[in-house]
Amino acid sequence: MTMLDIFPNWLLAHGPAFLMALPLLLAAITAILPNEKIAWFSSFAVTLICTVTAFALALNNIQNGVSVYPLGGWDPPHGIALVIDALNAPILVLIAFMAVITIIYALPATIAEVEPKKRAPFYAAFLLCMAGLLGMVVTGDAFNVFVFLEVSSIATYTLVAMGASRDRRALRAAYNYLILGSIGATFFVIGIGFLYMETGTLNMAGMARILHDLEGGSRVAKVAFGFIIVGLGLKLAMFPLHMWLPGAYAYSPTPVTTFLSSTATKAALYLLLRFIFFVFDPDFEYVASVLTYVLVTLGVVGMLFASMQAIFQIDARRMLAFSSIAQVGYMLLGIGIATTASVAAGYLHLINHAIIKGGLFLALGAMWYRFGITRISDFKGMAKMMPWTMGAFTISGFSLIGVPFTAGFVSKYQLATAAAGAGWWWAVGVIVVTSILAIFYIGQALLLAYFQDPPKIEGRTVAKNEAPLAMLVPMWMLVFASIVIGMRGGVIVDASWRAAIFLLGGGQ
Amino acid sequence: MSVFMMQSTTLFSQFNYIAVIILMMVGLYVVFASRNLIKKLVGLSVFQTSVFLLYITISKVSGGQPPILVEDHVSSDEALAAAATQAASIEAAHGGAHHVVYSNPLPHVLILTAIVVGVATLAIGLSLVVRIREAYGCIEEDRIEGFDFDYTLEGISK
Repeated sequence: MTMLDIFPNWLLAHGPAFLMALPLLLAAITAILPNEKIAWFSSFAVTLICTVTAFALALNNIQNGVSVYPLGGWDPPHGIALVIDALNAPILVLIAFMAVITIIYALPATIAEVEPKKRAPFYAAFLLCMAGLLGMVVTGDAFNVFVFLEVSSIATYTLVAMGASRDRRALRAAYNYLILGSIGATFFVIGIGFLYMETGTLNMAGMARILHDLEGGSRVAKVAFGFIIVGLGLKLAMFPLHMWLPGAYAYSPTPVTTFLSSTATKAALYLLLRFIFFVFDPDFEYVASVLTYVLVTLGVVGMLFASMQAIFQIDARRMLAFSSIAQVGYMLLGIGIATTASVAAGYLHLINHAIIKGGLFLALGAMWYRFGITRISDFKGMAKMMPWTMGAFTISGFSLIGVPFTAGFVSKYQLATAAAGAGWWWAVGVIVVTSILAIFYIGQALLLAYFQDPPKIEGRTVAKNEAPLAMLVPMWMLVFASIVIGMRGGVIVDASWRAAIFLLGGGQ
Repeated sequence: MSVFMMQSTTLFSQFNYIAVIILMMVGLYVVFASRNLIKKLVGLSVFQTSVFLLYITISKVSGGQPPILVEDHVSSDEALAAAATQAASIEAAHGGAHHVVYSNPLPHVLILTAIVVGVATLAIGLSLVVRIREAYGCIEEDRIEGFDFDYTLEGISK
């Protein structure tokens, strides 16, 4: 109670609208700012304010339960409602927190990776992307989700294309992402259209109530469900729909990669949870069969296939991108088993993976900043050249593998326990096998970094050259978060259980 | 014969949905089959347009009027007055019943938003194609893939 008293009442009352309106407004102002320093400072202030707001709202949610904010004073069935509940409050904090981390890191990174005259627009696009992500998570209106999804996606396409000053392949990666992302969003909006045909409302809680009364609804609702799953599957890089992801992660500027990998796919996964368990209901026969046969199958195949592809990558960022696809598989497996424990584990892995992968990408970006390397073969002697950066990479890598006392272990262990508890012993086997595959792809980089000498250029060994403080601080904040969750994951684990209980009820 | 008649009437009563499906499939096919970056964007636009048509179709209520309030004659707008007189005449034809059936205006509003989104996507896509053409000198995907492949192999052999 004492924590909550710090925040003024107006912040708690109008926080939901604040979260999406503030970055949207500041994005427009930042776009015309001439000076990149001012642009950086205003974006930093906005992300910080959003983090504090999201944190306050999450605390408020823990103590006072679900809050509904009618936008413009129009009540939910007619107006757009912004909803804060146990499912989206942690995701909001995650997105805002990752935005702060990325913005701090972007100060040196953009100087290296983005053309001078594009740096202020870079921050504007970044704020737009963040506004879209926060908006699609906070809103309770299904069509509004589509609008914010596209706001964030369109900003992301431009952000990915800004990697072109470093590598021209970024342009094609952005183009492919645009084509597949638009198809995904259009599939999603077709699904929303069919849902509207079936239920006559766009309010997600209203849809849920009407679908429940109809006991799942007619064929229209089933078609809607299929379209929504495919559309969101494209956005969250579900296994066969992941083709856009490696390119977009490998060639965009590092801050963008970090922000994308730790928030964009996570927001889409949140929407998947929201639609499967909240709007629809796993009690409907068609939802249950999609969960068991489609999501679990694709999740498991994706875990194995993408992990193996990660081993054979030459570029370290592509390796981590394929590893991201594999990690999405873990979350889909957790969602697909559809018990309270497994959904909690999937949700926990969602948060943990955002922190772990963020740390790994930040470390890789620092290596590019100092030595211009992205290939795994260039990791030789990196432990001597950049000890702190490599330390962060190592601990995050261990966390990705699932070594005890790191965040990755907690969520993988929970997922395995949940799978075993539901009688899915083979799934436990798959989790172990893919963790071993992760040892291979992270291990090959670590072996080169620790047991090889730094390369010699013109007879002289490359000297130690540590990353700047503005890169090390956000990197180690994420590493620290990963260790804290691994040692005593209390708050985050509780949040994941609250989300799962909110969705499925019961549990422990 | 009668079976054919029945089928043809349902076919025509659902004409819009058939048009939606055809446009959707044509659009998706063009996106996946063509290797030219501009043609792909054309396909994407056709695909998105089919969704606009779907939303407009579901907003139609059988016998429904344009959603303009009939009682309100304050506005001097000609179209509004015309619509009002039309609605009034139909009302009279229905025996002076007081209720008027309106078409659902909400999907139209939604689609206005979706059109804006579609235009923004297309603009970004086209500007990306311009940049790709500046960087690679062509907009054929096969040739660009060839350039990238050479580039990557060069990177490995170093």
